[in-house]
Formats: sequence, C-alpha cells, structure tokens
Amino acid sequence: MPVSNASILRLPVVGHRLRAGFPSPADDYVEGELDLNELLIRHKAATFFCRVKGHSMKDAGIFSGDLLIVDRAITPVSGQIVVASVDGEFVVKRLVRDDSSIRLESASPDFAPIILKDGQELTIWGVVTGSVRQFR
Amino acid sequence: MPIFALVDCNAFYVSCERVFNPRLTGVPTVVLTNNDGCVIARSDEAKALGFKMAEPVFKVRELIKKHNVQVYSSNYPLYADMSQRAVAVLSQFTPQLEIYSIDESFLSLDGFRHLDLTTYGHEIRNRVLQWTGLPVCVGIGTSKTLAKLANKFAKKRKQFDGVCDLGALSPATLNTMLEDTALGDIWGIGRQLAPRLEALGIHNARELRDTPPKRMREHFGVVLERMVYELRGISCLALEEVTPARKEIVVSRSFGKATTDKGGLLEAATHYASRAAEKLRRQHSVTQLVGVFLHTSLFNTRDPQYSASTTVSLAHPTDDTREIITAAQRGLESLYRSGYRYAKTGVMLLDLQDAANLQTAFWNPSRPRTKTTNLMNTIDKINTQMGRNTVASGAAGRKQAWRMRRQWLSPAYTTRWSDIPVVNAT
Repeated sequence: MPVSNASILRLPVVGHRLRAGFPSPADDYVEGELDLNELLIRHKAATFFCRVKGHSMKDAGIFSGDLLIVDRAITPVSGQIVVASVDGEFVVKRLVRDDSSIRLESASPDFAPIILKDGQELTIWGVVTGSVRQFR
Repeated sequence: MPIFALVDCNAFYVSCERVFNPRLTGVPTVVLTNNDGCVIARSDEAKALGFKMAEPVFKVRELIKKHNVQVYSSNYPLYADMSQRAVAVLSQFTPQLEIYSIDESFLSLDGFRHLDLTTYGHEIRNRVLQWTGLPVCVGIGTSKTLAKLANKFAKKRKQFDGVCDLGALSPATLNTMLEDTALGDIWGIGRQLAPRLEALGIHNARELRDTPPKRMREHFGVVLERMVYELRGISCLALEEVTPARKEIVVSRSFGKATTDKGGLLEAATHYASRAAEKLRRQHSVTQLVGVFLHTSLFNTRDPQYSASTTVSLAHPTDDTREIITAAQRGLESLYRSGYRYAKTGVMLLDLQDAANLQTAFWNPSRPRTKTTNLMNTIDKINTQMGRNTVASGAAGRKQAWRMRRQWLSPAYTTRWSDIPVVNAT
C-alpha cells in the first residue's frame, strides 16, 4: 500500500454543502481538505514508518510505542535524529559527527552513547522527521 | 536516435528483505516461490555456493543447513510496495518510463543526450539506493536490446561499477564484449533458438549483429530480423508506457498439502474468486465468464491422476465478488470427483470488458449497479487498510487448512501497521 493511502484524515476547511435547496454562501470558499500525509511526508517513495521500543530518546520527545516517520531521501547530518543499524540492529539515536569520530547519542541521562568501535558496522538508515503518538 | 536505459534491481526479492533486516547483509540468502517450492531469488553469496534458479527446495536442504543459508518465503506485499517506490524514484529521471517487470524498468533518455549518460546513470543508481535501500544496475544503449545487454555488463563486470553506457565504449571494446556474449544472454533468444543459430554458424552476439538482417528474416521471420537491427543500435521496439489492462485474471495456488476434501476445495475456490474479483475491480473491468480448474499432483505419479476445468457464464457482466464466488463454486462442484488427492485449484476471470463501457442496468434493472459498486468499494477499502481478508466471504472459511505454505514469511513491513519495523531506543 503506498504511504499516501495509509491514513488520510480528511477535514473540509470550510463547512459542508447544504443539502436543502439554497446554495451555501460558503461554497465558493471551499479550499480542499487537510491531509496529514501532506504535512508529515515530504518524499513519499523514501518514507517509512517504524515503531519505537525503549526510553532512551525521551528527552527528545520520543517515547516507547511512538510511530516514527523516517525519510531516507534526506542526507543525514550531525545533530539529526536518525534510525541506524548497528551490527544488524535498528536503533533510534541522535547522530553526532565531528572530525575524529561518529557517535550515536541518547536523549536521556540513563543511557550511554554508542561510540563505534573498530570492526563495528554502522549504517544510517534514514532521518527521523517526526513522530506520532496516539492517546487512545 | 532514441536512447534507452534499463534499470534492474539486483537479486530484488533478497534485496527487499535486506532493507528491513540488515543482519542479512553479506549472508547467503534465498527466497522461495509461492508455496515454498523452489528457489526464486538468490543473493550473490548464495549464487557462489551453487544455488540455482528454480531449484526445488528438497534438493538443496543439505546445502542450506551446511552453510546456514537464510531462507524466506516470497513476501509479495513487501516486494510490490518496494517496486512501486523504486519506480517512483526512477520517474524523477525521465518523463517516459516502461515498467517491464517487478524489478526492471526501461527509461527513455531521449531528452538527456546533452548529459554524460554514465554520470546520469550513477545518479539514478545512487538515488534509488538512498531512497529505497535497493541496489540497482543501469544499462544504456540506443535500442532496448542493447540497453538490456548493457545492463548485463553493468551487473557482471566489476569495472563498470553498476553503470554501463554502450555509447561511451570504443567500437573495438564493444566488439570484444559482444564476442564474449553468448546468444542465450541476448534478450529474446531462448533455449530453442540458440542451437538453430549455431547451426547457421552464428555463435555470439557480435556474429548475430553482423549477419544480414534479410537472412535472419528468411530463416526465422521478422522478430529475429528486428533483433539484428536492435543489436546494431537501430531501435525497433518502442517504449510501452501504458500497461494495458489484463485480458484475463488468474488466481491459483498449489496447496500446502494435497487434499481430498470437497469442503476445503470449495473454501479455496471461494478465496481465490474473491481475490480475483478484487484484481478485476482494481483494473476497472467486469467479467462475464468464470473459469475453474482442479488437478491432482503432477509429480506424485503413484496416486490416481485427475485434472479438469470448466467455465461458467454469467447472465451479465459483473465485478461483484458474490456473483463471481457463486459461479466459481458451481464450477468446482461440477468438476469435483471423490477419491483423488488434489494439489491445486484455481479461478480464472475471462472475457473481461471495461466497466466504464457497460450498460448493464438496461438489461438488469432489478439490481442497481451503484449499490453493488458501493459495497464492493467499501470491502476493498477495508481490506486495503486493515489487512487482506478482514472482510471476506464466510464460505472462504476462517481456518483455511488448504492455504499455501509460507513457513518463512517476513513481516509486511511497509503495508501493515502491525508489521512495521521496530527500532530500539535502549
């Protein structure tokens, strides 16, 4: 299923057409609908959804169970929150890169950063552009 | 002169699995056909271990165990979604594109002659890889046949680094490469044709190219004459941009286990009929003829064999799941004979027409079409959003013991909310 069909929230910007005989005076002002996909997804073909498990990113506003919007079209730069694979496992962390090292930092004092050791494999899988949390 | 690029994804099914399971990188991996019968895709590592295309699994069980080869059932929802994404990225590079198969597309590069096409090819390759995670190779030539061949060079020969523009090669280099190309490696030359060409003294792509086209026409007809022109870089096959609506729809599968049970067969036929009806509606067609077939295992020759098919015509063209199911069930009832162990059944929708051109209401006023259409659209929508078979005919059964075997199926990472990848924040 293409991303755009995944969950479309359609809300008319201006009220419904009237069913009864008279034309609505607002008809000329209907602008279309608000589409969450349009807001949340910049590159449809490169956007994937993931589920967060764990608490290491809580100070960045990412909580266990949240839905992540991951855009692979964006070239990752230092400071961005990314999904990466470290030794074959997907993690969500903040990418920090300087002249001498690459590390993946957590957003919680309870979790140490991942500093890449020799022989460890790191691939940045995509850049996290947003998250969705549902309350019920 | 037109210019074509053929973009082809390397070991596509395996590559799709790897995007969502990075542990598979560098690990020998194979993907099996529907029903886990044969090998249908192999990673380079699996190829190196000697896995062959279409090899039955039972023949390679030892090899799998010995090398700890990772095995997957085909996950078509995932592959179809990834294929669409790759095509969407390719569409950024050309206004004209032909989807040739799930993992191959032809691109027209006519408007991009002023560019260095090798560089352009690398841009295509890099972007598809970044956006989708899928590795592709790009072959460029002035005919589709040459683009196909260039793609093979791009894939097989390390020096090209995944992109081969035949136009950038010197004539001498190209000649040598064509001499090294077996006839069977040319697009459209099958196993039967190659020996017949050999008998005429034509042994490789270069020799075929340099044969007088007229001679090929006399021996084999216009198709091979065209092929000679295409190998010379004169395009005879145009881009087919619009995929024509399919003229028939077939849904069939082998059973995980042969069955003698009529009830199970009816459930299977019902399930396939509703899948076929869904496909029918997706391409906006209607059918007036439903075919059903049924047969015992063709491999198990000890058991008594039975194979039969029939068609059921409908009173009027329809895309209504309920009518198609009823017809399929009637067909199956008439075919069924007790005492056989059935291995496969299938449903075909034939005599398809464009739904838009239809005027059935005139013939069938008792049944307002819009009501049916609304119901079917709603069912399709629910099934798309909530997962296949959320709403299904009760006659299809809920247990589905006849279902095909998909023992090693990976999650529907991109098409089902419950299956999206989990990322650790630990």
